[in-house]
Amino acid sequence: MIFMTNQDFPLIFELSQESRTGFSLPELDVPEVDVDEMIGEAYVRKSEPNLPEVSELQIIRHYTALSKRNHGVDSGFYPLGSCTMKYNPKMNEDVARLTGFSHIHPYQPVETVQGALHLMYDLQESLAAITGMDTVTLQPAAGAHGEWTGLMMIRAYHEANGDYNRTKVIVPDSAHGTNPASATVAGFEAVTVKSDERGLVDLEDLKQVVDEKTAALMLTNPNTLGLFEEDIEEMASIVHGAGGKLYYDGANLNAILGYARPGDMGFDVVHLNLHKTFTGPHGGGGPGSGPVGVTAEFAEYLPKPILTVENGLYVFDYDRPQSIGRVKPFYGNFGINVRAYTYIRTMGPEGLKKVSEYAVLNANYMMRRLQEEFDLPFDRHCKHEFILSGKRQKKLGVRTLDMAKRLLDFGYHPPTIYFPINVEEALMVEPTETESKETLDDFIDNMIQIANEARNEPEKVQDAPHTTIVNRMDETLAARKPVLRYQKED
Amino acid sequence: MEFRYLPMTDTDKKEMLKGIGVQDSDELFSDIPEGVRLKGDLEIKPPKNEYQLMKELTELAGKNINLKSHTSFLGAGVYDHYIPSIVDHVISRSEFYTAYTPYQPEISQGELQAIFEFQTMICELTGMDVANSSMYDGGTALAEAVNLSAGQTKKKKVLVSKAIHPESMAVIHSYVKGPGVEVIEIDHKDGKTDVKQLEEELDENTASVVVQYPNFFGQIEPLDEIRSIVDTQKKTMMITSSNPLSLGYLTPPGEFGADIVVGDAQVFGIPAQYGGPHCGYFATTKKLMRKVPGRLVGQTVDEEGRRGFVLTLQAREQHIRRDKATSNICSNQALNALASSVAMSSLGKQGLKKMAWMNIQKTSYLKKQLQKRGIEIVYDGPFFNEIVINLNQNIQEMNKELLTKGIIGGYDLGEVDENLNGCMLVAVTEIRTKEEMDTFVKEVGDLHD
Repeated sequence: MIFMTNQDFPLIFELSQESRTGFSLPELDVPEVDVDEMIGEAYVRKSEPNLPEVSELQIIRHYTALSKRNHGVDSGFYPLGSCTMKYNPKMNEDVARLTGFSHIHPYQPVETVQGALHLMYDLQESLAAITGMDTVTLQPAAGAHGEWTGLMMIRAYHEANGDYNRTKVIVPDSAHGTNPASATVAGFEAVTVKSDERGLVDLEDLKQVVDEKTAALMLTNPNTLGLFEEDIEEMASIVHGAGGKLYYDGANLNAILGYARPGDMGFDVVHLNLHKTFTGPHGGGGPGSGPVGVTAEFAEYLPKPILTVENGLYVFDYDRPQSIGRVKPFYGNFGINVRAYTYIRTMGPEGLKKVSEYAVLNANYMMRRLQEEFDLPFDRHCKHEFILSGKRQKKLGVRTLDMAKRLLDFGYHPPTIYFPINVEEALMVEPTETESKETLDDFIDNMIQIANEARNEPEKVQDAPHTTIVNRMDETLAARKPVLRYQKED
Repeated sequence: MEFRYLPMTDTDKKEMLKGIGVQDSDELFSDIPEGVRLKGDLEIKPPKNEYQLMKELTELAGKNINLKSHTSFLGAGVYDHYIPSIVDHVISRSEFYTAYTPYQPEISQGELQAIFEFQTMICELTGMDVANSSMYDGGTALAEAVNLSAGQTKKKKVLVSKAIHPESMAVIHSYVKGPGVEVIEIDHKDGKTDVKQLEEELDENTASVVVQYPNFFGQIEPLDEIRSIVDTQKKTMMITSSNPLSLGYLTPPGEFGADIVVGDAQVFGIPAQYGGPHCGYFATTKKLMRKVPGRLVGQTVDEEGRRGFVLTLQAREQHIRRDKATSNICSNQALNALASSVAMSSLGKQGLKKMAWMNIQKTSYLKKQLQKRGIEIVYDGPFFNEIVINLNQNIQEMNKELLTKGIIGGYDLGEVDENLNGCMLVAVTEIRTKEEMDTFVKEVGDLHD
């Protein structure tokens, strides 16, 4: 079978044969008219798009083969730090595919979609309770989209107070790249605050950078090093004291469900990644969903419309003069929200708290077992993920990239590497709570083996991977001579 | 309560706590200050077992009237098309849906190649050189295109046709606030962009002209005329938003010299699902390749010279450039792009053309029947699969009546333009039968009289 070989694998266009079909359209049951005349000659397409002409079985074989050339959570362990690659429950998929959820139109009268609106409303309430915020919007499509939405609300808040000089958004040096990018897109200037030797935000530096121009501080807590910002109360008072606001990036919420809530820590605006903490599948890169929660003083700036209840009927309220407007057509990624809702209802308060307990337990267990063989830049309890440094192996000529590639030979997706950028040769490991101790132990044993190989037979690691269908790719060539599409040879 | 997603046993827990060197797991949370700790439980509903929860949610879904239980003439940006069975079978392969962004090409060739094929199909349909891996949706893709044009031309004004989707217009207004771009809305006249007004507003400060083709009213905008107006300013770009299905039959915007073409691939294999997730696409010229937002997949070779694919030109992106990135977008709609690729592969060159053609044919039929019944067709220009009819009465009330006949009526245009009070935007796709259309004409006609 072709997918088992490591030979060049055809593109679907290369399977194409003139006049072969994979479709079954309804018959034209109305009298045919000359549509070309109606459209006008200039607007009738002359050359057909070069789409593949393939049979149904060919399509199925092609994509089945592609799927076998891809690693997902269902294929094996996927400890990709900051991405929360936990199990994606199958029940969620079934619920999202119920006809009454999947085949409803966003412009149907609200009376005809009360079931969907009930689910959305209940999800908003649940997320508000989980984060300790007053109101939630489901409109943003993903985490970065939520960040920008939240920052636009903070901007609107300051402007409504006549505060036009708050042009700066502070982000820690360990922050995810979307934080400074979202700040720029929202029209702010991103300013960096340093981390200290504990791996936490340097309070002295924070006091230096916070001033009357500060619009907000963006923070994940636990931070991207997997560490809880234990000075959060003082940080909040520094930022609030200067008239700034606190933005919570919910990428790492999986660590603290039922233990602590952003709202109680002093955060004003929060986004969540439902495709991380709440099991919306990652889909190979998306779709995600990035709801935003706010305290009451920000409620009037939420994107419109707002879902409310009037006389027992769920309705949308468009009369929101202070709203930042729409951030997305329609009402958010409903299909992903259905999955997240199903998950929350499956777990309840007790289950969600266990999720965080076990996510943290798993991460600490791995960290402690690996600390002898790898450098541990921050030696303290971690939360749901931890950072190792490959500094020691680098001296032997083995880079973190090499070790990541070697892990592929053992059937794993490697951890996140070279992030956060403030740690040399970083490896960021996030096991999640859905992995068993046996899986963790196997991974640890393999990591220790790789550390041994780095000492004794480094070329084995440097030349990895050895068992994958392709070897390391020439990324320089890809960027220097970009080929971004297939073109049929004449 | 048992939790089937959590494999931790008491024995595991004991051994792990010992390995860490702590007494209990609470110690691991000791860094959370007392003052911010949650006392008590999260105030959400208690857990429910699989059977009972499935029963409850099935009942909840059953409360919604849907596009399968009723005959729909509702479009306005989201369309009810035939979805081949194979689409859901392919996207249900969990190697695809449980993976993330393909950072490790050696074990992600499947996703990378699928995206490369999607990019190719979008280029083919739009007539453009380059397409990205997908965007959140058509509306946000259009707003990103607007901001790109302002950044690239270093001009701060855009002319946006009022005949684009009203929600895309709303999203543009939100997106331009950050970079501070001024939006001038251009009226529509006879259902199309008022080219005269466009000509008057266009000047050397204009970054781009934005139109939808076919537009919100289903009308086919005169792109050649618009392009020649845009050409009077050297740097100004032409941006179009296009239903990609229509491009199976209509001349693609690329052939009219569009600089950026965006839209939503929902029409290919993606259910309406109450407005999302759908699948935005973003296509442009070679010249703008390094300014594109989002992920791009490129072809390369491995150490042994075998063809393979990688994420490329990443120097544009947030994880490398941080505050200097071309956009903050991080995720894309890979799984939905895959669904669209499967649907497009299934249709192929001939099928896609035929499907687009059938949309025009069936819409032509409905238009004729409505006319015969004495109902006014508001715009008489060339159309794709939507028409505007004037019923001179409360559309919401009429739609309530239609529901009782098993019909989901069209979009109430009075919602967005008071000049169109009493008008309905009606969509017809290839799956509407003659019989269903005849019934629609009868019911609407009866209510109209």
